[in-house]
Amino acid sequence: MRFEVKIEVLPREGIANPEGSTIERTLPALGFETTGDVRVGKIIRLQVEADSADAAKATVEDMCNRFLSNPVIEDAIVEVLTT
Amino acid sequence: MSRRVGVIRFPGTNCEFDTRDAINELGGEAKILWHSDTDLGDVDAIVIPGGFAHGDYLRCGAIARFSPIMDAVSTFARNGGPVLGICNGFQVLTEAGLLPGALQKNVGLKFLCRMEQIQFVSTANVVGLGASKGDLLDIPINHFEGNYVCAKETLDQLEEENRIVFRYTDNPNGSMGDIAGISNQSGNVVGMMPHPERATSMLLGSNDGASLLQSLLFTGRAAST
Repeated sequence: MRFEVKIEVLPREGIANPEGSTIERTLPALGFETTGDVRVGKIIRLQVEADSADAAKATVEDMCNRFLSNPVIEDAIVEVLTT
Repeated sequence: MSRRVGVIRFPGTNCEFDTRDAINELGGEAKILWHSDTDLGDVDAIVIPGGFAHGDYLRCGAIARFSPIMDAVSTFARNGGPVLGICNGFQVLTEAGLLPGALQKNVGLKFLCRMEQIQFVSTANVVGLGASKGDLLDIPINHFEGNYVCAKETLDQLEEENRIVFRYTDNPNGSMGDIAGISNQSGNVVGMMPHPERATSMLLGSNDGASLLQSLLFTGRAAST
């Protein structure tokens, strides 16, 4: 089966995210005073052939650990969108 | 003495000729090696120069480690061969797992292109020959992602093992511990954000980079075995 998978790559908690903090500092200028913990990352979408959603997720998590994200500075959140 | 230096060129590398010319000027014999080569040939040292290898897609240096030549570079490094990664080359070395940590965007989100003062913290590596701990050098930086980061335990380990090669005297990019360059455990692999090849003549504002490249020439594979 073919699964559509979404991967969110975000800077790890505790790792400075200059883009996020710049946005965070800017939002109050528009009156948004209550925001916090803004982090900017990227989304990768791909399709993968697998026997089950769990297997698809496991395969993509392996890709994340080895290539799609850098575990030193980034977390990857994998979500299987279609089953 | 080591004189033959392979300068790796990926699609998107842009400092290979400056690096080659600087090495040749210092009496070395630099040759450019294309990323799809699988053999380093008869070289005594390797430089991975600056630029934007493979467009820096995904992350800086992330795709470069899949270039065929990187297998040979890894083997060369693991066998004690001197390897210097400059700027993007440093990023490639971290992504390839030859050096720990990662380089992320500068604090302040500015591309920085200017002279920086750095200080030798450890000279027990391939760029430290003839240098003393505490020596101050003026060497330019030219990067957007030069903000070194690693796990706290890794930082402790780098300090304990005397592997922080350079610190900035006035941290320009938010780099952890003011780190401008580090080495691997045995000191034969060094990564640094500043560009020594751009500081090899007073016409360029500084020749402090010349001694680092000279050190690389003199601490070749032959010398280390």
